[in-house]
Amino acid sequence: MASIWEYANPRKFLATTDVVLPWVTALAAITLVAGLIWGFFFTPDDYKQGSTVKIIYLHVPSALMAINAWLMMLVASLIWLVRRHHVSALAARAAAPVGATFTLIALATGAIWGQPMWGTWWAWDPRLTSFLILFLFYLGYMALWQAVENPDTAADLTSVLCIVGSVFAVLSRYAVNFWNQGLHQGASLSLDREEHVADVFYYPLLVSIAGFVLLFIALVLLRTRTEIRARRLYALAARERMGQGAAG
Amino acid sequence: MRAGGGFGLGLGFFLIVTVLVPFGVGAEAGVLATIAPGILWVGALLSCLLSLDRIFQLDWEDGSLDLLATAPIPMESVVLAKAAAHWVTTGLPLTLAAPALGILLNLPGAAFGWLTLSLALGTPALSLIGAFGAALTVGLKRGGLLLSILVLPLYVPTLIFGAETVKRGAAGLAVETPLILLAAITLGTLALLPFAAAAAIRINLR
Repeated sequence: MASIWEYANPRKFLATTDVVLPWVTALAAITLVAGLIWGFFFTPDDYKQGSTVKIIYLHVPSALMAINAWLMMLVASLIWLVRRHHVSALAARAAAPVGATFTLIALATGAIWGQPMWGTWWAWDPRLTSFLILFLFYLGYMALWQAVENPDTAADLTSVLCIVGSVFAVLSRYAVNFWNQGLHQGASLSLDREEHVADVFYYPLLVSIAGFVLLFIALVLLRTRTEIRARRLYALAARERMGQGAAG
Repeated sequence: MRAGGGFGLGLGFFLIVTVLVPFGVGAEAGVLATIAPGILWVGALLSCLLSLDRIFQLDWEDGSLDLLATAPIPMESVVLAKAAAHWVTTGLPLTLAAPALGILLNLPGAAFGWLTLSLALGTPALSLIGAFGAALTVGLKRGGLLLSILVLPLYVPTLIFGAETVKRGAAGLAVETPLILLAAITLGTLALLPFAAAAAIRINLR
């Protein structure tokens, strides 16, 4: 039986994603466009929030993916530390800027919505604050990748940072809850509750979320492919230098 | 940790930050009393940050870190000893100096005890988290700025519970909850972070 670890082979990974990537990208584009158009043009205005409610189709999916991207990085880091598959470390590296961008989108759309609704661009609400902290974690993680020259050392150090950072991110989430009262409404959807946003907003929201998930997968696959090729170039350049050193 | 001028530096920085604040926000006693707990905690935290890169850097440069790595004691103990040394040279003096600076900021009388206690309980966590950050960045040439970017988000929970203790103490409220949580963070970092820091050092020494 074929093992999932086969895809940890960079060559196998490149060959498979070469086939898969166009399909994922196309599917992401279709779902995203469908979800957003459905949400923006074919849902009614909210009776209290007016048309500003429609930012939910960007805000909720990006916030969801901002957290999931970090989780994916955590899993990829653990796989790298345990099984030493380079593709895993590179996928974690590839996901970080995407996750950071999703965090920024969630913060920005939240501010744009908050200005007319709460009367302020920013409030030190626990959820908002946690996301700002999450953004700082992403920045630190990417900065560490950039700063360390040896790729394997960088992969190891960022993995350790990712694990410790995850613990502190959860800790911060509960600490800020303790520190300030919330202004943010409860979760728009959750797995264990019957109560969601109204159905008319709910279904286009699900489509948008699917679109964001697919977009994330497509971007991470694409960026991982780039990272693998960049690593090959690095190896080739290093071999070239070694060859010259031996000749000279 | 060989201090190399780091010992007085943190204290001096703490003093200067505290003295600058009234110039920025005005000398009104009520305002200063309100913000004093936060300012003192942020000031102590930043002063701690100042000397973090010295925890391992000098030993890395002259090779004694390699010797320590081959010594019969585990790397985790080395990290613990280094963090303890950092705390003795920064956290402890900051804790002792904080009440004096509290007078400058018109800190309410009821809060002085809680300020000292919360700093005494919280600064070891700052040193331990800092030792982890220093271990991550030890091989880098200009790791100082990166170190602060990595460490500051990790300092958030400690700062929240530390400042909250003093704030509640100043307002005459019950301080047990934040104080216990602060102690829990210190104990948690004491138990777990030496392992993470030692792993980072081993990676850097490879």
